[in-house]
Amino acid sequence: MLFYSYFKTLVGKEVTVELKNDLAITGVLHSVDQYLNIKLTSTRVVDEAKYPHMMSVRNCFIRGSVVRYVHLPPGSVDVEILHDATRREAKGG
Amino acid sequence: MAAPLPLGGGAPPPQPGPLGPPQLDYPPPGTALVEELDKKLLIQLRDGRKIIGVLRSFDQFANLVLEEAVERIIVGARYSDVPLGMYLLRGENLVLMGQLDPNHEAPPGMEAVSEAAIREALRAEREEARIKGTMRGRFDFLELE
Repeated sequence: MLFYSYFKTLVGKEVTVELKNDLAITGVLHSVDQYLNIKLTSTRVVDEAKYPHMMSVRNCFIRGSVVRYVHLPPGSVDVEILHDATRREAKGG
Repeated sequence: MAAPLPLGGGAPPPQPGPLGPPQLDYPPPGTALVEELDKKLLIQLRDGRKIIGVLRSFDQFANLVLEEAVERIIVGARYSDVPLGMYLLRGENLVLMGQLDPNHEAPPGMEAVSEAAIREALRAEREEARIKGTMRGRFDFLELE
């Protein structure tokens, strides 16, 4: 559940989600669930000309299983906290 | 008993309540699509197809039931919506689903054409790609990059 908890701290921040089909979408993180399904608002597709059907879409739900990367806003990652949480989870806490 | 995760907003592990099921402070799994029920959605599938329909039901795998579903086929600057009826979509094929802006449902700057016209355009596009492929094959000895 660590990354689920971590993603919840990013709600309201702007992230770019890159999918396994190379589609990359930037938007404000609206919510995330246990499967790391992601909901974005105010979305825009990075290469809009290549995906014209996405122009009329302003918010979306992305299935966790199709995500390749999530590009995070710089400064939103506190490595120390993540580090500690990782250790604690590894110990079964 | 370990302290909860220090990450803000992180959910502490659910505690068994006095009356049976654990008390969750996060929504039950697979309920993220409740807000989308009865909305007109555009669904992108893993094979690249685009389906538009009204979401009537879903489950935790994102299996969906869509009413008045259509497949939107886009070739160049033309598109066509091919009616499919009531559709049940298996969740594993779903890539993403977005709410369509009701005022700009059609892709801006695109021309709506008949199903026959779009199928013909699709065929022409594939033929063109095939010819390009064979031309490329013939000139392979030139070692073009």
